[in-house]
Amino acid sequence: MRFMMPMIPKGYEKAAPGTLPDAKAIAAMTKYNESLQQAGVLLALDGLHPPSMGARVSFPEGKPKVTDGPFPEAKEAVGGYWMIQVKSKEEAIEWARRCPGSANEVIEIRQVQEMSDFPDLAPTE
Amino acid sequence: MTAAHTHRAIEAVWRIESAKLIAGLTRIVRDIGRAEDLAQEALVAALEQWPASGIPDNPGAWLMATAKHRALDHLRRGQLLRRKHEELRHELETRQELAVADLDAAIDDDVGDDLLRLMFTACHPVLPSESRVALTLRLLGGLTTGEIARAFLVPEPTVAQRIVRAKRTLADERVPFEVPRGAELAARLSSVLEVLYLVFNEGYAATAGDDWMRPALCDEALRLGRILAELAPREPEVHGLVALMEIQASRSGARVGPSGEPVLLLDQERSRWDQLLIRRGLAALARAEALGGAGRPYTLQAAIAACHARARTPANTDWARIVALYEALARVSPSPVVELNRAVAVAMASGPAAGLALVAALTSEPSLQSYHLLPSVRGDFLAKLGRFDEARSEFERAASLTRNARERALLLERAAACS
Repeated sequence: MRFMMPMIPKGYEKAAPGTLPDAKAIAAMTKYNESLQQAGVLLALDGLHPPSMGARVSFPEGKPKVTDGPFPEAKEAVGGYWMIQVKSKEEAIEWARRCPGSANEVIEIRQVQEMSDFPDLAPTE
Repeated sequence: MTAAHTHRAIEAVWRIESAKLIAGLTRIVRDIGRAEDLAQEALVAALEQWPASGIPDNPGAWLMATAKHRALDHLRRGQLLRRKHEELRHELETRQELAVADLDAAIDDDVGDDLLRLMFTACHPVLPSESRVALTLRLLGGLTTGEIARAFLVPEPTVAQRIVRAKRTLADERVPFEVPRGAELAARLSSVLEVLYLVFNEGYAATAGDDWMRPALCDEALRLGRILAELAPREPEVHGLVALMEIQASRSGARVGPSGEPVLLLDQERSRWDQLLIRRGLAALARAEALGGAGRPYTLQAAIAACHARARTPANTDWARIVALYEALARVSPSPVVELNRAVAVAMASGPAAGLALVAALTSEPSLQSYHLLPSVRGDFLAKLGRFDEARSEFERAASLTRNARERALLLERAAACS
């Protein structure tokens, strides 16, 4: 099973462009990332710049509409993610538990959909 | 948390910690069987205590401390018995000192080294191949005997027996718990790689049946390969094997059709190939080549797989390069199966007649007499040359040789299409 674990740091939705985590937090997180790598479960990871540097494309009436960040109405924003390959949701949770997170941070455990989740989807010719 | 929840959480902790636990304990007690027993005792203690106390902050350290306490208990109990025999007293005291020294040393030593020692020991050449596989999956994969049995379609007692015998052999032969050095390292490492690739292929090729455990075998082999790549980062062939497995695994969503039938490489929907695994595979391949692995067997096979992964459509495949890679592979690791694959590549690069000429030499090869892919490949070449009667009998022969039901159906279909 593959899981994406997005990290949601409270306040990141309002962070100024170019905001980066501090060196101490990076060091702790690097150690954690290495433990995932050494356990053979880490497939990919990335940190994301704050929404203030991004944009949103919405589709009111089915037509694309572009809004530049920041987005005042947003209550939270993803700060980065891990993609891991494990045997169960519980194993993903156990890995998330080991993250050196701060009081303002939340990790979500989200299973990646696989081909077998769509048994009716025949391959297109 | 309900009891069932906690139970599953403990299972997850076990999966993450068991190999490290067994490896660390083996270094202390110098016996894989005892180490596994101690680890199991720690697991039982966790199952008894954690539902009430909650999972500790550092469950790995908790399990290790518990197992070490048990180890000391056993040691003390053993001592009390032996103290009755005055003549053994001196020897006993010496042993006790040694054991305590080991325990102290164990605390600071690198966990990674222990895991690597455990891999080398489980894959020791003194054991028969199927025992290496069973022991590796049990000790390093944390799989139960039942899971291993289901994956390999053998009765559970057979697997249990293999594991018991393997542990006894390791003890009887006094196989040291260490990472081999010097000239021995290469041979021992290739034994480890062979076991991992065997596990992967058992899951990937599904030689018989179609149990759900099989994809789990691929995942497990890949996970162990990735761990090994971290433990032995300077070994090119480790990265070569990881690259090969990553790229092959990238196709798993495309190689089986909607009703479970196999889809051949060139017929696969390439948009279903897992690009994340392909990227990982190409990165591992680059590492293997940078370390000087370019001419080694696993790296060469990974390079061949990479040629397919890089081609957006089958028509874009660089067959000339694939032929060259198979020629290099045939030089370092000659085998009839490599020759057969080379013939397929030659046929793609230079036409089916050239391929047919190459496989002609293989029909008398004893080891390929019951290998279904030989007549299957011949049938393919003959069909492309318009020799349908000969092609049909080759496909029928291939169908009679394969043990996989889905593959048989596919081959019979191809035979029927030759009429």
